[in-house]
Amino acid sequence: MTKKKIRIQNAVTYGMVLIFWAVVEIMDRTGNLSSLLKGLLVPLCMYAILAVSLNLTVGILGELSLGHAGFMCLGAFSGAFLTNCLEGAVPSVGVRFFLALLLGALVAGVFGLLIGIPVLRLKGDYLAIVTLAFGEIIKNLINVLYVGYDANGFHFSMKDTTSLGLDKETGVILIKGAQGITGTPRAATFTIGILLLLLTLFIVLNLINSRTGRAVMSIRDNRIAAESVGINVTKYKLMAFSISAALAGMAGVLYAHSLSTLQASSNNFGYNKSILILVFVVLGGLGNMRGSIIAAVLLTALPEMLRGLNDYRMLIYAIVLIVMTIFNSSPKAIELRSVVMDKIRHKKTEKKEAA
Amino acid sequence: MGFLSYFISGVSLGAVYAIIALGYTMVYGIARMLNFAHGDVIMVGGFVIFTIVSTLGMPPFVGIVTAVAACTVLGVTIERVAYRPLREASSLAVLITAIGVSYLLQNIALLVFGSNSRQFTPIVTLPNLVLAGGKLTISSTTIVTIITCIVIMIALTLFINKTRMGQAMLAVSEDRGAASLMGIDVNKTIAVTFAIGSALAAIAGALLCSAYPSLTPYTGSMPGIKAFTAAVFGGIGSVPGALIGGIVLGIIENLSKAYISSQLSDAIVFAVLILVLLIRPTGILGRKINEKV
Repeated sequence: MTKKKIRIQNAVTYGMVLIFWAVVEIMDRTGNLSSLLKGLLVPLCMYAILAVSLNLTVGILGELSLGHAGFMCLGAFSGAFLTNCLEGAVPSVGVRFFLALLLGALVAGVFGLLIGIPVLRLKGDYLAIVTLAFGEIIKNLINVLYVGYDANGFHFSMKDTTSLGLDKETGVILIKGAQGITGTPRAATFTIGILLLLLTLFIVLNLINSRTGRAVMSIRDNRIAAESVGINVTKYKLMAFSISAALAGMAGVLYAHSLSTLQASSNNFGYNKSILILVFVVLGGLGNMRGSIIAAVLLTALPEMLRGLNDYRMLIYAIVLIVMTIFNSSPKAIELRSVVMDKIRHKKTEKKEAA
Repeated sequence: MGFLSYFISGVSLGAVYAIIALGYTMVYGIARMLNFAHGDVIMVGGFVIFTIVSTLGMPPFVGIVTAVAACTVLGVTIERVAYRPLREASSLAVLITAIGVSYLLQNIALLVFGSNSRQFTPIVTLPNLVLAGGKLTISSTTIVTIITCIVIMIALTLFINKTRMGQAMLAVSEDRGAASLMGIDVNKTIAVTFAIGSALAAIAGALLCSAYPSLTPYTGSMPGIKAFTAAVFGGIGSVPGALIGGIVLGIIENLSKAYISSQLSDAIVFAVLILVLLIRPTGILGRKINEKV
């Protein structure tokens, strides 16, 4: 693709997000938005960010990661922790939220780097299971982590709140094991979510179309060839992996600030969450950021839209998932589609000729 | 004696993991795909036995035979409908349909049986074994589980090495194209693999639910993931690897539950997996794949 074409493509992606924002805002102002949809808006942004960031690892770097929810978990907890810590020192919720976003992204990014160094040596399905394992380890460790502070500073424990040994008068418990963090201000709004999504897109799209991005893609296409032309494989792999992790961390902070209680439960940050995000990426198209966003929005909204069907909604979701994948990827379906498309095109040209 | 009893129940848990891991490892070796729905086939097996034994009041033996038959049919059907159309597609696409099938099975079970946990009647009704003057009690379920695992391992090894079908499986896992040129029906071989894997899943379901007798639509998913971990641990694609991986994992899980922390046992299991893979990137018995330029 020429530079001009890339620019147009990227502009379409940004435009799509902005139009989505404008439509939702107009609907909200005119009172056409149901409370159900309102509750969905921040998660939609979060899933879109997660899908775009995971697409960087799976689609651009070409490594299958099933631990994305772990990075999100790290970001969520470090962000919420900071926001609650600074409650006395920084009165403005906005400033604390901003600092939390930075810290969440930083912590997740650093962990991405640390985990990436050993893990990226593995390939394919082995990498998948190890990233899954890391995600579960992070979730389990946070589940037994107790942190509090008093006049003497911070106290950590892996057992329970009493073993923190906090001063009775000044002690405040911040992280309460499986009960998580409570009382985080719900500062996340739809507009902030969209801004973060745009930021994510800006980072990822610019990375893809840079020298670095081309180096990363060359590793995906042929590692040995890339190495033999002097590309530092480890460096670029780690770079892409940790940027992807940092963005997931940011999405986690957004998530933490949309809940009053944050828990590291399996529902929130288990491997099923990572798989869910992977589903968005694969159905949206590997390496296609716009597709990831569309898939994330549609597949998050679908079960909610089907709420009227109650018990059947997840069943329908599962069937849609299977049918869509077969229709998208099966060689026979692809052939069938091209035959149908050819016929349609044929008719069009016939009509033109007749006219 | 405490240590010994934890150790033995760890071996028993590991034996269940090993039986499940066989399903993963055979399917992976032959069809090159991660069958994420395998764990949910275990759950289906559990519910079939539950319905027949607890609801209809039939003897456990009938329950197990029906569950094995039902899961075999289920496994072959899943393969035919959801995986075969994607045989030539990217491995990620098959992974996604496998996830879809997993959701589907869970939600069907949710519709039929509800989300409340069901009390599973253990299928083994033999008396427990009491050793060392009452200091060490080994439950009969534990013994039956370990014996079943050994029998299955021997039978499967014989099947793979001594029968035409087993040899066909080896050939397909070695090189699918060359095998089909030699006149092996690849689709049939893969279907048989799924049938065996799913039948084993039904047996694993019976043993798992006898040891941990609460049954929900999500019962199979975590043991499924652990068994998959065990398969990778032992070297995915290798039958003895699945046995070693499963047993080691079960022992580590039970000992860390007993001596370190019950909440952290999963984390410890996964940490050991990571360590092993960092030292031996293709698992304990995995074959090294040389990269050709």
